[in-house]
Amino acid sequence: MQTESFVPLIRGFVTENYVFGQELTFTDSDSFLESGIIDSTGVLQLVSYLEETYGITVEDDELTPENLDSVNSVAAYLSRKLNGSGEAVLHNITGSTARPA
Amino acid sequence: MTAACAVSPEVLRIDPAREAERILAGIRDVVFGRLKRKGAVIGISGGIDSSVVAFLCARAVGKERIMLLLMPEADSSPDSLRLGRMIAQSLDAPSTVEDISPILRGARCYERRDEAIRQVVSEYTENYRCKIVLPNMVEADRYAIFKLVVQAPNGVKTQVRLTPAAYLGIVAATNFKQRARKMLEYHYADLLQYAVAGTPNRLEYDQGFFVKLGDGAADLKPIAHLYKSQVYQLAEYLGVPEEIQRRPSTTDTYSLEQSQEEFYFSMPLATMDLCLYGKNHGIAAADMAPAVGLNEEQVSRVYTMIESRRKATHYLHASPVLVEEVEGV
Repeated sequence: MQTESFVPLIRGFVTENYVFGQELTFTDSDSFLESGIIDSTGVLQLVSYLEETYGITVEDDELTPENLDSVNSVAAYLSRKLNGSGEAVLHNITGSTARPA
Repeated sequence: MTAACAVSPEVLRIDPAREAERILAGIRDVVFGRLKRKGAVIGISGGIDSSVVAFLCARAVGKERIMLLLMPEADSSPDSLRLGRMIAQSLDAPSTVEDISPILRGARCYERRDEAIRQVVSEYTENYRCKIVLPNMVEADRYAIFKLVVQAPNGVKTQVRLTPAAYLGIVAATNFKQRARKMLEYHYADLLQYAVAGTPNRLEYDQGFFVKLGDGAADLKPIAHLYKSQVYQLAEYLGVPEEIQRRPSTTDTYSLEQSQEEFYFSMPLATMDLCLYGKNHGIAAADMAPAVGLNEEQVSRVYTMIESRRKATHYLHASPVLVEEVEGV
């Protein structure tokens, strides 16, 4: 599937779970965090939704604004993950994510 | 003058004597004047904030007019009770110990928490210890996702990412702790006709680091305008015992030691302190960066997070909302 195909799906999820039918309008490129649409608990819910709905694993290194901070970025990330056409945007993480802690 | 040459931890320097006098006058005005109460109840955790509030209230209304409550529970560090007693002794003020574990067991706090944990760590039992952590958000431009650290009885620690349901289940259960404590504080407030003094500092108040109707509830919050480093300055001026001044800030909510930094602020408190000041005073990220040892991009990220948290925690600050104003009240 192409990025554009995911846009209405992601937008629908965000609207249903974070906007609740209010008048608040947001564009597909608006930053979730800067606009206050999604907080840290919301990010957890978004990641869980992507993993359960699309059968992907969102790695710690992929928890970046480039991948998850707007409808467009989530759709593009999802497209990359599912199509395997290049990796999702990875960042140089200095924090440890090793398991066990 | 440019902001660049002015930014240093010195911007948070206060005249503690003057600030203390200002707060003492405020406490007296609120407790005796506006609320018509006879004194103040303070829940003492053994931490710096509640200690400073206790010292301030003792000076403001008289040590015989305060009631210090020490409210440990099964997961509390033994240090909390010991240091709480140290405060009561230092002030020579009335105090009482209320173990809230039975209340929490009655509410199934521990059971509910453990059930939520088992959603992500199936082998978890009451012999395990746990805490929730957030990664350091300054080190990398990524979202801070809550993780659970569990320690098995053999000492082996494991870290797992939380699911939304598990996270909410754990937090909803552990919030009983702050609410049980507040219930007891108001019990003593009713008994003695005192006001309840809350203990948040500015970082906690601004960023919503409190439990609604738990530690977020109070009749007055005398240090909510003070940055953390200013609370330390007041502590030194007021003569708070040195061991308490040196104690790292903990949440004392989970059975594994959990700092406020790893649970909520995702960065050292001194960094958060200065960045919040910078955000509040319109200091550009580039000018703030050298003062906190970060680069411009990292400070910008902190500024964004501060604003984001303010929006996200609006609900916690909100009083009950009426659909229509009620006249005469």
